Amino acid sequence: MNIPLKDYTGAKIGMWLFIFTEMLLFGGMFLLYSVYRSMHPQDFHNAAEGLSVMIGVINTIVLITSSLTMAISISATKKGDKNLSTTFLALTILLGLVFLANKYFEWGDKFHHGIYPDSAELLKHGSGEVLFYGLYFVMTGFHGLHVLIGVILLSVMLILIINGKISREDYIKLENSGLYWHLVDIIWIFIFPLFYLIT
Amino acid sequence: MNALSYRTYIVVWLGLVAFTILTVIAAGIDIGRLNVIVPLLIAAIKTILVLSFFMHLKYESWNLKIMLGVTVVILTIIIGFTFLDISFR
Amino acid sequence: MKSFLEENGRYRGIFAWIFSTDHKRIGILYLVSMLTVFSTGVILGLLIRLELIAPGQTIMGAKTYNSLFTYHGIIMIFLFVIPGLSASFGNFFLPIQIGAKDVFFPRLNLLSWWLFTSGGILILASIFTSGGPADTGWTFYVPYSIKTGTNVSLMLFAVFLIGFSSILTGLNFVTTVHRLRAPGMKWFRLPLFVWSLYATAWIQVLATPILGITLLLVIIERFFGVGILDPAKGGDPLLFQHLFWIYSHPAVYIMILPPMGVVSEIIPTFARRKIFGYKPIAFSSLAIAIVGSLVWGHHMFTSGMSDTARYIFSLLTFLVAIPSGIKVFNWVSTLYKGSIELGTPLLYALSFIFLFSIGGLTGLVNGALAINVHIHDTYFIVGHFHYTMFGGAAFGFFGALHYWFPKMFGKMYNERLAKLSWLILFIGFNTLFFPMFILGWQGLPRRYYDYLPQFHTWQLVSTIGSWILAIGIVMMFTNLLEAILNGKKADKNPWGGTTLEWQIPSPPPPENFEEIPRI
Repeated sequence: MNIPLKDYTGAKIGMWLFIFTEMLLFGGMFLLYSVYRSMHPQDFHNAAEGLSVMIGVINTIVLITSSLTMAISISATKKGDKNLSTTFLALTILLGLVFLANKYFEWGDKFHHGIYPDSAELLKHGSGEVLFYGLYFVMTGFHGLHVLIGVILLSVMLILIINGKISREDYIKLENSGLYWHLVDIIWIFIFPLFYLIT
Repeated sequence: MNALSYRTYIVVWLGLVAFTILTVIAAGIDIGRLNVIVPLLIAAIKTILVLSFFMHLKYESWNLKIMLGVTVVILTIIIGFTFLDISFR
Repeated sequence: MKSFLEENGRYRGIFAWIFSTDHKRIGILYLVSMLTVFSTGVILGLLIRLELIAPGQTIMGAKTYNSLFTYHGIIMIFLFVIPGLSASFGNFFLPIQIGAKDVFFPRLNLLSWWLFTSGGILILASIFTSGGPADTGWTFYVPYSIKTGTNVSLMLFAVFLIGFSSILTGLNFVTTVHRLRAPGMKWFRLPLFVWSLYATAWIQVLATPILGITLLLVIIERFFGVGILDPAKGGDPLLFQHLFWIYSHPAVYIMILPPMGVVSEIIPTFARRKIFGYKPIAFSSLAIAIVGSLVWGHHMFTSGMSDTARYIFSLLTFLVAIPSGIKVFNWVSTLYKGSIELGTPLLYALSFIFLFSIGGLTGLVNGALAINVHIHDTYFIVGHFHYTMFGGAAFGFFGALHYWFPKMFGKMYNERLAKLSWLILFIGFNTLFFPMFILGWQGLPRRYYDYLPQFHTWQLVSTIGSWILAIGIVMMFTNLLEAILNGKKADKNPWGGTTLEWQIPSPPPPENFEEIPRI
């Protein structure tokens, strides 16, 4: 069953609709965050001291830059510049991996200090702090999962660019993958101040 | 299809970095209740930059912009109405 | 030209169906899966009624009873009424009614069905795996859903998959309506069924993710003890209820909008008149979708919410009845001075209006704060939602089934038997569910497996009603199955309908139209 396949606008609308669902998905978690923070402002303030602002800033810059490299890669494809496109997509993937590595060390450090869901150490603190770290692990966890999926998705796109399946004539897959990647950046743009900058 | 210039993207990127630095600085200053609103406002501006330029929304059809608007409004209402309960208990 | 039923494509046998990206085949796949699970849900319902036929233990203990109504609810809601007309008749007829050859993302459509079916299989599996069937009620309130040892995690994951299926279908339909309308098929020439599917699709896209994250959070809570939904660690149980109902209330509009859309198709056809008030009906579908997203708190009036929240939610609940009222007014106006042919589809459409009105009006009763205190979590609520979900959505579903059956299968069913089945169904339905309003008003709580002797009479009547209903259902399906096997051949337009599906052969060819029509 064949539909006229090259409705570029339609494919884009589909991707944006998917992005809306992701906004709502994370929106539910932001709802929980807002409610619990309004209930335990002092506890949240104290708990946030346990997070390193430096790592948060680095990760934010990493993701913002990866959005830049992503956008350049797509522009390059539209202009027919395969080399530039490939290079910048690879850079995007690399930056995504840097983000994940940072996360890994950040979480590892927390675990090392006995801070993880349901840990005895964590439960010693006030319930507001328990909620803060609960939200921290869940939200950065889901976000990290989406970064990982993005990295895999972009790697597939990289292969497609290299063997010519994505090109100046047909780049909708890359553009849609870019939309997904930028969404991941946007979510982090909100997570960063809410968890790292409330001290 | 509209391919934005590399220069445009770099300018947007510089803006995002600048706002990131701004939000870190603002977090260090005690401005009372604004300490909650200012970071959210800055995050919103950064998001609008990413949406408009990196995600091309500025150049897209009105259909798409309205759809995004509806999504944002629904999310705002969902959080807002929940606070009708939380804030007034 | 071969019909879509015969034309197999690349695969053979059953694979030609379960790997098909043809929206018509996918619609029928959904129909078959949904009617299968519906039958299971009916059996569970009959068993519940059997337990309640007399006070004290009749055929099962309390824990089994809890699991029974849990699965009855989950199967009926997530596997039957929510996918409902969208997944079955929507998939089949949306493209045809807009003059397209298929939906915009046919492979995504197939994935939707696979997610749905996988979810269904996992739900059934969760009855048997260790831990035993979930016993939380379909609403999974915390903290019990976190603490209970039954198979809640597996079940929630299954529902997550089904929700994902729903999201993808919604995404597909929105894109399809925006991009694949035939030349000349402007928005205000669209059939009202398409309008209802479009409004429903938006709810599916925007509301379902909230359910998704809520289910995942409960699963995470069960495995990792994070604390955000666990009152013992500082979590607020009311937040779970908010998140749950933020989806589950709009979900009931997912359930009811497409059946309303079908009624808007059936009535003009059988009254031989144009629909009265096309634009108000179209806009009212959108209005219901929007306002319906703002009323979820009315499920929580007695939960401990603030007074402010209760006033506002109650007010909005009253407002959301208005667009539905507009539809009823327009449907009845269409019948006035129409040349009415009382075919089976019309019988279902008329009983939809009657039964849904009772359901909707009792909804207003529930929405009044002072009354709600007394009838919350009683049988009054159970009666209310069965009148809307069954008397409304399911009767609408059966109406659609009888309306589009000749088009989908190319055969006609026995009209007299169909009407008789309807009558028995209607009598059985009211006998089963009307007493619940009385019982609830008298104070009988829901989800209790035992009750005081003073409630016995109406419980008995209700159980007898369930048997009459069951007979009606069996008769209806037997009639239709018989028609598929041995029915008379149906022609293109047995009812004189004016929408595009009646211009093409019964059953339709694989690509629907020889060439895309110009409207």
